[in-house]
Amino acid sequence: MKKSHLFALLVIAAAVVIIISTAGDASTYVTFSEAREIAAKGNPKSVHVVGELKKDASGQVVGVTPGADLVSMSFLLIDENGETHTVQYNNPMPPDMLKSEKVVVIGRYDENRFLAEKILLKCPSKYQEQNFAAINQ
Amino acid sequence: MIHYSIGNLGHIFVIASFVFSLFASVFYLRAAQLTDPQSARQWRQNGAFFFCGQVIAVIGIVIALYTIIFNHYFEYNYAYSYTDRKLPWFYLVSTFWNGQEGSFLLWMFWNALLGVVLIRFAGRWEARVMMVFSFIQVFLTSMILGIVIPGLDIKIGSSPFILLRDAVQDPAFAANPEFIPEDGNGLNPLLQNYWMVIHPPTLFLGFASTAVPFAFCIAGLLQRKYREWVRPALPWAIFSGAVLGLGILMGGYWAYETLNFGGYWNWDPVENAVYVPWLVLIGAIHLMIAYKNNETALKGSMITVVVVFLLILYSTFLTRSGVLGDASVHSFTDLGLSGQLLIYMFFFLIGSVVLLAIRWKEIPLSSTESSVYSREFWIFIGVTVLMLMGFQVLLPTSIPVWNRIVEFFGGESNLAPPADQIGFYTKFQFWFGVLIAVLSGMGQFFWWKRIDAKRLRRELFYPLIITGLLFVILLETIVSAEGGIQSVKYVFLFLAGLFTIVANGKILISLMRSSPSLSGGSVAHIGVGLMLIGILFSAGYSRVVSLNNTGLLIRSDLDDEFNRESLLLFLHEPRTMAGYEIEFMGERFEPRNKSGYLTSKDFYNTPDPDRVIAARDVIYNGRLLYSEGDTFNIARENTYYEIEFRKDGIPKYTLYPRAQINRDMNGIVASPDIVRGITRDIYTHVNMLVPRSDDDWSEVQEIRVRPDSVFYVNDYIASIEDVVRIFSVQGQPVDSADVAVKAIINVQGEREVYQVEPIFLIHDNMVARLPDEINDLGIRIALFNIHPEDGEFSFGVQSRQKDMVVIKALEKPYINILWLGTGVLMIGFGIAMVRRVREYTKMKAKGLD
Repeated sequence: MKKSHLFALLVIAAAVVIIISTAGDASTYVTFSEAREIAAKGNPKSVHVVGELKKDASGQVVGVTPGADLVSMSFLLIDENGETHTVQYNNPMPPDMLKSEKVVVIGRYDENRFLAEKILLKCPSKYQEQNFAAINQ
Repeated sequence: MIHYSIGNLGHIFVIASFVFSLFASVFYLRAAQLTDPQSARQWRQNGAFFFCGQVIAVIGIVIALYTIIFNHYFEYNYAYSYTDRKLPWFYLVSTFWNGQEGSFLLWMFWNALLGVVLIRFAGRWEARVMMVFSFIQVFLTSMILGIVIPGLDIKIGSSPFILLRDAVQDPAFAANPEFIPEDGNGLNPLLQNYWMVIHPPTLFLGFASTAVPFAFCIAGLLQRKYREWVRPALPWAIFSGAVLGLGILMGGYWAYETLNFGGYWNWDPVENAVYVPWLVLIGAIHLMIAYKNNETALKGSMITVVVVFLLILYSTFLTRSGVLGDASVHSFTDLGLSGQLLIYMFFFLIGSVVLLAIRWKEIPLSSTESSVYSREFWIFIGVTVLMLMGFQVLLPTSIPVWNRIVEFFGGESNLAPPADQIGFYTKFQFWFGVLIAVLSGMGQFFWWKRIDAKRLRRELFYPLIITGLLFVILLETIVSAEGGIQSVKYVFLFLAGLFTIVANGKILISLMRSSPSLSGGSVAHIGVGLMLIGILFSAGYSRVVSLNNTGLLIRSDLDDEFNRESLLLFLHEPRTMAGYEIEFMGERFEPRNKSGYLTSKDFYNTPDPDRVIAARDVIYNGRLLYSEGDTFNIARENTYYEIEFRKDGIPKYTLYPRAQINRDMNGIVASPDIVRGITRDIYTHVNMLVPRSDDDWSEVQEIRVRPDSVFYVNDYIASIEDVVRIFSVQGQPVDSADVAVKAIINVQGEREVYQVEPIFLIHDNMVARLPDEINDLGIRIALFNIHPEDGEFSFGVQSRQKDMVVIKALEKPYINILWLGTGVLMIGFGIAMVRRVREYTKMKAKGLD
């Protein structure tokens, strides 16, 4: 076998290892019930759940509970299937969280609650909060 | 009154630049087709004429946009969305590229300038190179065209000159179409940083410059000058590598200074999207250097140069089409340009792939294999490692695109990027880093001499010995001071980094004697070695100083093992951790026009929140900032938290992390403060603030005290200094029939004695009690009653949570080696570029370009 062939084989092997590892380490977007199933099977992998914060009739966010130590919190998230679930986050609340449109929690199920390791927020663009009429008067 | 004309003028310039660049590309295309030199020259000159016209139009757009920004024309969406009246001029400069339209404009601007340089210097390459370049400009200008095709209802591009009323749905405009907001929305606080003034221009110059080698490569393929294109393209590729690399690192430095994720690199898709093309570009530069002796390198350089440009387009697509959506911490707005970006990308993708395929057989190829002892062999291996390195990052970054493709074909894919990004990428990139370091050390020995096994052993002997010695010395001194080797794999990166520094250092020394102008490569590789070691220490040995191990406030329902990296600090209650005594010293404010920090006792507020009056002589670090009674401006939106770090009772660092409150008072943005030391940075940011409100006060507790005894309020010792009759209350004189009494109470705080002065007032036979508060201590005292019978007083005492902050503090050892390495790398790029420019100019003078 020529050296260059050996080299090409090595490169292909490395690429395959990378692809397999990416596929293996990739997380998934799931709903809470799917996250529960994954955890029930004993799979320790982190998943992504996309949802919205629970709000009352007047649009106020409800269910956000600061932890007793003030550096953790829990909140209620409604996933895309409409299931509401408590999410525990062991970090202080991200600054813009209450204003966010959509919340992505990354983490896993742990004894009846979802333990988030990371929270991504999708905030509304600045325009929608504006009310020029008020400024105008 | 709405200033219509400036926006219309700007829009006309946009359309002109689009049309002119289209003309320029057509004229250059024709010039490239013609064989008759006379008419080809005419077409070429026309092309240059239109390209220069386009440059003027672009400058016109820039001037029009700046006119709108600097004159605060808030009737324009761009000015309204990104500026307000308070912004200093340098941030007004930078707002230009904070919108998507503006950043395309910045890209266009650089592209236009680079085009002018090419017209001037590209010589006989001009027609074809400029044809490609003008085409690129056509696509860029189309992004901000802002034109709706009538009948089809297709919008092309998003103009920076749209009026606010066209961008926003609001009843105010229905009532009065001429309505202009008083002030703008302001610039995102995170972008109010000096790096945001220079990082985007650098990055976009990097983006724009990748088009130059690409254009030369395409020109070479078109003209069948398969080898000749490399020489003029090489200095540009090196320039691009330097500028793009610098841009990426500036972005990292901005993130380190402004964002609060605790580092300079987060493997966010936005970062990855420029990191990958940069790696491929570095590979391309190496192949272009080796092309002369090896035709495989020639094909390789063509492919990599094309891929770099396509990757830049792909990364633009990723970051601006909204496709990343849930995958990135950064928010992206979708301007509806996805389709246009895809067309842009596929045009150049298909165009260059087809061209390469047609010419592939004609490109010379050598049949002999390169020997293990040839420099080409080592370059191939190095470039392969760089490509794999890029591939490993590109693949997961593209997961959202993969999902879209699957969905497009009717399937369903719910793949998400790896949850632990840093762990996932580091797993591979770490070892790639080791390989790169070893190869850039080894490669240099093959570079300069034809070498055989025996000679190689001799050449390597001393560098290996020195590396080993250095390793042992550093291990015993610096590394053991940081807690020793924490992971076996660190040994590999440390050794590899040292080896590349030593090996390239050896080459550098011998080159300095003979030909210093050729030293670019070895200098750049020393820079890479330093960077890798800097990354190893600053990331691998980064320590959380604020580990919360107080044991006081851990929730019972959580595991003890849970890693709490945030620290709760009450005012003046020091915590000892990681060898430091950390104390929160209080809130601070910042004067707008002087550097220094003020406490709330230093000034009185005025009705204008930004204007205050000095309550006393304000001295900061021995400098008199303001005399008592001076009126001055403070940056009201910023609150700083003074945190003192002490070692053995001696103050070592004082940090002022910042919380910036947005205008609507809802959002708080925290930025770290960093103390930069030679050996380490101390990095602290505020994690959470506890807002004060009136509801926090505890139930009133009544206590009865004798004047000469001490009592406790919220665990502080208090005593009555005096009780006096007063004749005016809050500036109002007391009626002769009424009685007002003030108690003066001393409260011993941790750092100073505070005085509280509650007032007891009898007015028209009604009793009123005016309490007084100490915010620092969380105390409120009211004078409840006076008991003349036994000479005692009763007080109503309330307390609340003291002022506090939650901080996170990190130590980053030897991060300066990373910045030093970056500087050295840039110098290396500079030396190499000068050399290649000289070579090209020489060849051009001989007519051999």
